[in-house]
Amino acid sequence: MFDIQTQLFDSQDIRFGPIDHEKDPEIESKWTHDSEFMRLMETSPARPTSAAMIKKQYEKLEKQIDENKNLYHFMIRAKEDDRLIGKATVQWIEWANGNGFLRLGIGAAEDRCKGYGTQALSMLLRFAFAELNLFRVGAIVAEYNSGAIALLKKFGFVQEVCRRQSLERDGRRWDLYIFGLLKDEWQNQPRS
Amino acid sequence: MKDLFRGELIRFMLEEPETYAKAEVRWQRDTEFHRLADGDPAQLNSEKKIREWFEKQSEEGFKSQRYFFSVRTLAEEKFIGHLGLWMDLIHSEAWVGLGIGEREFWGKGYGTDMMKLCLQYAFLELCVARVSLGLHEYNPRALKSYEKCGFRLEGRTRQDVMREGKRTDSLWMGILREEWLLRQNGDGR
Amino acid sequence: MKDVLTGKLVRLSAFDPEEMSKAFTRWSLNSEYMRLLNSSARPLQSVKSNAKWMEKEAEEISPESYYFSIRTLAEDKLIGELGLDVVTWSGRDAFVGLGIGETEYWSKGYGTDVMNVLLRYAFTEINLRRVTLTVFEYNPRAIRSYEKAGFRHEGHMRNYLNRAGRRWNELYMGILREEWLELNSQAPGIAIPGG
Repeated sequence: MFDIQTQLFDSQDIRFGPIDHEKDPEIESKWTHDSEFMRLMETSPARPTSAAMIKKQYEKLEKQIDENKNLYHFMIRAKEDDRLIGKATVQWIEWANGNGFLRLGIGAAEDRCKGYGTQALSMLLRFAFAELNLFRVGAIVAEYNSGAIALLKKFGFVQEVCRRQSLERDGRRWDLYIFGLLKDEWQNQPRS
Repeated sequence: MKDLFRGELIRFMLEEPETYAKAEVRWQRDTEFHRLADGDPAQLNSEKKIREWFEKQSEEGFKSQRYFFSVRTLAEEKFIGHLGLWMDLIHSEAWVGLGIGEREFWGKGYGTDMMKLCLQYAFLELCVARVSLGLHEYNPRALKSYEKCGFRLEGRTRQDVMREGKRTDSLWMGILREEWLLRQNGDGR
Repeated sequence: MKDVLTGKLVRLSAFDPEEMSKAFTRWSLNSEYMRLLNSSARPLQSVKSNAKWMEKEAEEISPESYYFSIRTLAEDKLIGELGLDVVTWSGRDAFVGLGIGETEYWSKGYGTDVMNVLLRYAFTEINLRRVTLTVFEYNPRAIRSYEKAGFRHEGHMRNYLNRAGRRWNELYMGILREEWLELNSQAPGIAIPGG
């Protein structure tokens, strides 16, 4: 149940935190060298990025957060050793309409399928609905990303839009889906 | 899902500016390397200048018309060269240029492996309709390597380059998406 | 070969930041127009302020981002604006957005004509494979116009907008190159090079 003492950034095995400009670039650079991860995370072509470029991207991101005020970004760390394992964002927020889009990625393949994604999405949704007071959230995901689709459906997201053949990869075209979740749908779910 | 950045001998990655600058400074002193790779006059840039150029690139961020990779060997994790793709987005054509700065890796299949991985990336991730390249007539090793990858010689501009008092031709090669896809069904990669 | 940017009623032309900023500022006073066009309210900016960001837009023309003025063929009058932005190059998919600021040109086929010109440009000049757009549930005139141009419904984001005391859906529509080619193979006067 909701109360002021609820920890928004703490879960069972993971926690949300800010960017560590010293340590994080190298780790995130490693993720970008994993073409499978990049193809799950982005629709633009996968490409390896240096830590120097990641550092610049972080600076631009924090500037954007400051100036546009329509974006929240979290680094996901494992609680046991504070290791960076992923990132989560609420973006493209339109305050007047109460909507936003979610992005979530667990960087290393060995860190996926451990329940971290579920914990992260749960925290992200609580932040979006109970703290930002959004009315709905959306997520854009490619047809071939069965892991993300399963995770979204677990939380009650509904597939709303199918942008047919919007993407091409591996010599064939793929659809791009938009999933949506409304606040009362989220509220009415049994919580663990 | 296949690993787009891993070949048989090499892998694609992106080096940090300092690493890149240090290697580049050494490689540019190798005139033969430069003359095989480039048409511009051989030039020597300081490590500082190269690093600054690289840092400027980092600052500007990625452009959708240009893709750049550093190349490392799989066995020793040694940084041996680089590969770049320039896209004509409207006509779905990519121009490729590559160079192996470390001489001991010439003539051993590394260039061919780089090009094979590049073509896979160009056709399966960038999804272009064709890949093009130009090379010097006096670079028969590269010509052979590219032919092995499936490029066809499409043309020649006569005597457009002058070096050491001699005029030489530039050769132009290309490979089409359909041709590459057909080769994959036989080759498996 | 006919001018690829000219239709039956309108043509797409380069925009002049000074002219466009004046028109745009005037159109922005029409809240009905703004609500049809934008999901979020924009502050009412001066001509000077609008001209500034338009000059910036003019500099950013690239193979991924296009911005046109919509002008009538009859009087060469500036009646609206159109933008096209490529989102995925692998799929060659671009978002289109257009607005006809001069309200006396609504419901007279101008919107459909603009879209027909745009689609021909997109599919035969920029070689795209699909065009995407979003439109609000409360804009049936635009929805009808896009359907006529060949766009298909692809779903909607539920309760995306909060306006006038209730929530509205935002619709997605898309058209593939193959679909457009089929539609136009029957239409006279449109040359499709190569097909």
